[in-house]
Amino acid sequence: MSRNLLIGGALTALFVAATLLSFFWTPGDVEALDIARRLRPPGAENLLGTDHFGRDILSMIMVGARTSIAVALVAVGIGMGLGVPLGLAAAANSGGWLDEVISRLSDLIFAFPSLVIAILITAVFGAGAINAIIAIGIFNIPVFARLTRGAALSLWKREFIMAARVSGKSRARISAEHILPNVANLLIVQGTIQFSLGILAEAALSYVGLGAQPPVPSWGRMLADAQTMVALAPHVAIIPGLAIVFMVLGLNLLGDGLRDALDPRLKVMRT
Amino acid sequence: MLRYALKRLASLIVSLAVASVVIFLVVEVAPGDPASFMLGINARPDTVAALRAELGLDASPLQRYLAWVGGMLTGDFGTSYTYRTPVSEMIGDRLWISLPLAIYALTLSTLIAFPAGILAASRRGSPRDIGVMAATQLGVAIPNFWFAMLLVLLFAINLRWFSAGGFPGWDNPFQAMKALTLPAIALALPQAAILARVMRSALIDILSEDFIRTARAKGLTRGQALRRHGLRNALIPVLTIIGLQFSFLLAGAIIIEQVFFLPGLGRLIFQSITQRDLIVVESVVMLLVFAVILVNFLVDLAYAAVDPRLRTRA
Repeated sequence: MSRNLLIGGALTALFVAATLLSFFWTPGDVEALDIARRLRPPGAENLLGTDHFGRDILSMIMVGARTSIAVALVAVGIGMGLGVPLGLAAAANSGGWLDEVISRLSDLIFAFPSLVIAILITAVFGAGAINAIIAIGIFNIPVFARLTRGAALSLWKREFIMAARVSGKSRARISAEHILPNVANLLIVQGTIQFSLGILAEAALSYVGLGAQPPVPSWGRMLADAQTMVALAPHVAIIPGLAIVFMVLGLNLLGDGLRDALDPRLKVMRT
Repeated sequence: MLRYALKRLASLIVSLAVASVVIFLVVEVAPGDPASFMLGINARPDTVAALRAELGLDASPLQRYLAWVGGMLTGDFGTSYTYRTPVSEMIGDRLWISLPLAIYALTLSTLIAFPAGILAASRRGSPRDIGVMAATQLGVAIPNFWFAMLLVLLFAINLRWFSAGGFPGWDNPFQAMKALTLPAIALALPQAAILARVMRSALIDILSEDFIRTARAKGLTRGQALRRHGLRNALIPVLTIIGLQFSFLLAGAIIIEQVFFLPGLGRLIFQSITQRDLIVVESVVMLLVFAVILVNFLVDLAYAAVDPRLRTRA
C-alpha cells in the first residue's frame, strides 16, 4: 500500500468516523450558548477551545463536518448520476447528434466560472445547503460526462466490445454491462477529487453566507464568524481552517493513492 | 487558421447567447419584486405599479431580455434600481479593483509556479521534487479565504506591515498596490500550486522525448536542453491552464474581496443581491462570464497559432 493511500485513507477515515460519532456523542453541546466561557483557548476542558458564544469548537467541527460531507457527497452523486449516463450515451452514439449535443453542452458549462454561477444560484433561490448542493452538483455533471465519454470511446474500439456487438447486444446494454465496469476505477478516482473540490466550494459558499444557515454549524460559517475575532482569539479562525485543509488533503491523497493502486495510467482531470 | 478562428468565434457567440439566456432566466424566476422591495412593505399598490412601469418591469420577459441584451451590445448595461446610476459606471469603478487584483494574482502565481515546476521536473524524485510536490498538495487543499485570514493575522495584526483591509484608491499607486498585495497572495497560492503541478508534468513528459535526447547528444547539459527546448514545448499545456485559471481567479476575487473589504465587483454583487438590485447582478455576472469565455477563446487561438495540428481538430 502506498504512502498516499495510507495517509489519505487514514485522514478520510478519521473525519468520517468523527462525523458518524457526532450523531451519538459530542464533547459539548453545539446548541447551548455559554457566554461566560467564550473564546477560551484550547485546553483540557475544551480540547480545541470555545467560540464567541462559548460553544465547544471540537463539537462544532464534528457537527459541521456533516454539512460539508453531505453537501459534497450529494453534489458528487448528482454529477455521477447524470454525467456518467450522458457520457456513456455520447460515446455509444459517437459522431451522432446526441454526442454532439452532449459534448457541446458540457463544453458550455465548463466555460462558465462555476463559483460565480453557484453564487448566483444560491443568491437568487435563497441561501441554504440544498441550493449549495445543486449549484455545486451542476458543475460536476460535465466533469463526469466528459471523463466517461473519453474513456468509453477508446473501449468501444476494443475487441471484446466488438464481440459483444456481434453477439447481438444493444448499444445501451453493452454500455451498462461492459463499458461501465471498465470505467469504474476512473470514476472512483475522479469522484474522490470532486468530493474534495465540493468540500472547498461548500466552505467558500457558507463563508460568504450562501451555504447552510445558522444554527446548523458549517466550517465556512465558523470562519466567517471568526473573522472579526481573529486578533482576539486566533484559534477560532485557525482550527476550522485546519479541519478543511486536512479533510481536503486526505481526500486528494486518497484519490492519488487509489489511482496508483488501481491503474497509474488513469488520466484524471484536476484544475 | 482563418477557418478555425471563425469556427471558434461562432462557438463563442453561441456560448454567450446561451449564457445570457441562462442568467436572465435564473434572475427572472428569483422570488421578490424589486419595486416592492425598494418601496418597503407599506407602499400603496399604485405606487408600486408606477415604479414597476418606470423601471420597465411591466414589459414581457422577452421584451426585457431583448432590451437587456441589446443594451449591453451598445455598452448600456441598464440603470441600477437602487442607486439610479448607470450600471456600466458602477461596474467601471469596481473593475479597477477586481481586474488589477486578478492580474496581480495571475502574475504572482506564474512567478511562483514556473520556477517551482522547473525545479521539480529537472530532478525528478529528488528531495527538491518531493518538497515541491508536497507543497503543491498543501496549496490545493488550503481554501484561499482562510489563507487570506492567516495573512491578515500575521502581516496586518501581528507585524503591522499591511492594513487588514480596505482600499485607498489609485491616487497613490504605491498604496493601492500595497492594499492589493495580501489579497493577491491569497488568491495566487492555490493557483500557483495547480500551475506548478501542470508545469512539472508537462516538462517531465517532454524531457523523455527524442529531440531532448538529441539535444543532449549534441552536448547540451540537462539544464540547457530543458531551458532551450523543453520549456517552449511545455508552455502549450501551461498556457491552457493559465486561461482556465482566469475564471477561478475572478471567482476567487469575489470571495477574497469579502475578506479584505475591497470595494470590487464581488462586493458589488453581494450588495446588489441583498438590495434585490437584479439588473446589476445580471450585468456583473454576464460580464464575468463574458471575460472568462473571451479569455478561453483567445487561449484557443494562441494554442492553434503555436501548434498547427490543433487547427484540424475541434
